[in-house]
Amino acid sequence: MSNLIEARGLSKQFGGVRALDGLDLAVAPNEILGLIGPNGSGKTTFFNVVTGIYSADGGQVSFDGANITQASARTIYQAGISRTFQRSRLSLPLSIFDNVMIGNHKHLNQGLIFNLFRRGGFKREFEANYRSARALVEVFEPALADRMFEPAEGLPMIDRRRIEICRALISGPKLLLLDEPSAGMTHEETTELMDDILLVRERNRELTIIIVEHEMGVIERITDRCVVLNFGRKIADGPYHAVAADRQVQEAYLGIE
Amino acid sequence: MATEEKARASLWPGLLALAVATAYLIALLAVEKQALIIALLAFGIVAVLAGAWLGMFGSISRSFADHEDALGLFTIVALLAVAAVFHEDHFVLLLVITALLYSVATLGLNIQFGYAGVLNFAGASFFGIGAYTSAVLNGYTAVPHLIVLLIGGLVAALIGSLLLLPVLRTRGHYAAVVTIAFALLFKTFLEVNDVLGGPQGMQVKGMKILGWSFNDNIEVGGVQLSFYMNYFVVSSLLLVGAFIVVRRLERSWIGLNLDALRLDETAASCFGLDIARWKITAFLIGNFLIGLAGALFGMVGSFVAPNNYTFADSLILVSIILLGGIGNPWGLIVATFIVVVVPEKLQTIQEYRFLLYALMVIAVLLFRPEGLLPRPVRRYFPGWRR
Repeated sequence: MSNLIEARGLSKQFGGVRALDGLDLAVAPNEILGLIGPNGSGKTTFFNVVTGIYSADGGQVSFDGANITQASARTIYQAGISRTFQRSRLSLPLSIFDNVMIGNHKHLNQGLIFNLFRRGGFKREFEANYRSARALVEVFEPALADRMFEPAEGLPMIDRRRIEICRALISGPKLLLLDEPSAGMTHEETTELMDDILLVRERNRELTIIIVEHEMGVIERITDRCVVLNFGRKIADGPYHAVAADRQVQEAYLGIE
Repeated sequence: MATEEKARASLWPGLLALAVATAYLIALLAVEKQALIIALLAFGIVAVLAGAWLGMFGSISRSFADHEDALGLFTIVALLAVAAVFHEDHFVLLLVITALLYSVATLGLNIQFGYAGVLNFAGASFFGIGAYTSAVLNGYTAVPHLIVLLIGGLVAALIGSLLLLPVLRTRGHYAAVVTIAFALLFKTFLEVNDVLGGPQGMQVKGMKILGWSFNDNIEVGGVQLSFYMNYFVVSSLLLVGAFIVVRRLERSWIGLNLDALRLDETAASCFGLDIARWKITAFLIGNFLIGLAGALFGMVGSFVAPNNYTFADSLILVSIILLGGIGNPWGLIVATFIVVVVPEKLQTIQEYRFLLYALMVIAVLLFRPEGLLPRPVRRYFPGWRR
């Protein structure tokens, strides 16, 4: 079976720092991969290169059989990759519905004439999207689904994360990149959010997920496989328990010489 | 507590507020004694503060949110009432027309700044481009004058597109500096260009539609109407049209795109938004509306000169947006009337009007940073219930 996403020799340099140093990484369809490693080991950089925010200095990324190494963020989203951000990046003054809809850009009719003058058609599209956005938010938190037209501003961190994940899921991506979804949340909230993610995945078996996470309980619980990065290179690859027992990994995390 | 399940707000608070505001505007326009005007303004400020203290604005804005179409129609009625009261008064009608056309221009500026976040400090220049277009076309060609208005808008959008490259390549303040440079260049260009009348400017021929000359007074059944009534009707139609376009734009996926890219370009591009395309769309539509209003304003004033379209005038347009509430068309119209009407009536402060604008903007930024009427969360269809 071929891989859904595959990076070969991927490199990215910032000044003298090699954030990614010839990284090889492959993820099979329907897999949940945990991407772990100490701070600055290149996890977020990997996400930023894959999603087209940074362009790679070397190496190649292929997704679903196509080379996306130098593709723009737009093209990559169109191809079916969407993500969340380490620091929540919702548009806070906008409503929950608006935030979720931003993620559905590729399915919304963007024509000027349609939007301005075909209000009947627009209303039908709006209502259909309202139903699907509401249904998706309801999976995460039924109480939020009744507040779709309230600004995201007043929401607690866990609800913001939920909406960010809904924004990434609404367009039906093939690959979901979750960048530290537990950041800024309590232990209980994190558990709750992971339940939601597992529920979403149960409903959509096609979905492939790469998750960056520092909370090892989360990684142990939800991932099929783990890749450990250090200094932009892969130092271990395998099921969580094998990786956690790896001597190199322990050194990278604890600094044992 | 489910917001969507809440009952529709009542129409009455909005209607009452509209009636009071209209009566106040008529009184302000009618009074001529300076002492009375000052008293009236003081009364207005106290009334607004008292209203805010009593929490009346919440129910008014809910009323407007749920009954926008009905209250929009009543606003047109209110406007007609103002015109009916002053049907003979050239000065007052010209003042009202100025406020209407400035409102159209600020609505255009609002698409750029309020939605797309592209600061344009050359609003008055694009307004001037519209006015000069009608001066040239009315003077030297036989193009029908309604078409001239459209061409005025198109020329403003076209010349504005010269700025697109620098505006797209820079962010925030740097893009603003580009537009400031353009505003300064524009005025200098007019002053040294003899074809366009140099510093003295040009005459603009009045509007004529199907042989109906707009610059003749009208007599209907023994009642004399000022010739400005012609322009009043066209300006009102223009404002209604611009308002509908801006409203629909905001309440569409395009409005959502513009908000998304203003708030976070990186996140927006991760969800497939073509940042350049939407910035260009906003900039062009905005300049089109500004140019359209300017073209009609040129015909109303029958004269254009470089001194009327300076950087200072552009600053006034931007301050109207800050004052009214960034992104809220209702707020912008209210703010435009305040900024246009108050200094004109209050002759004693004419020379200090920039001081007054500056103080108003500072006060608003300090005490009400979102403007007099802050923009509410987007509702795609007012009063829509699941």
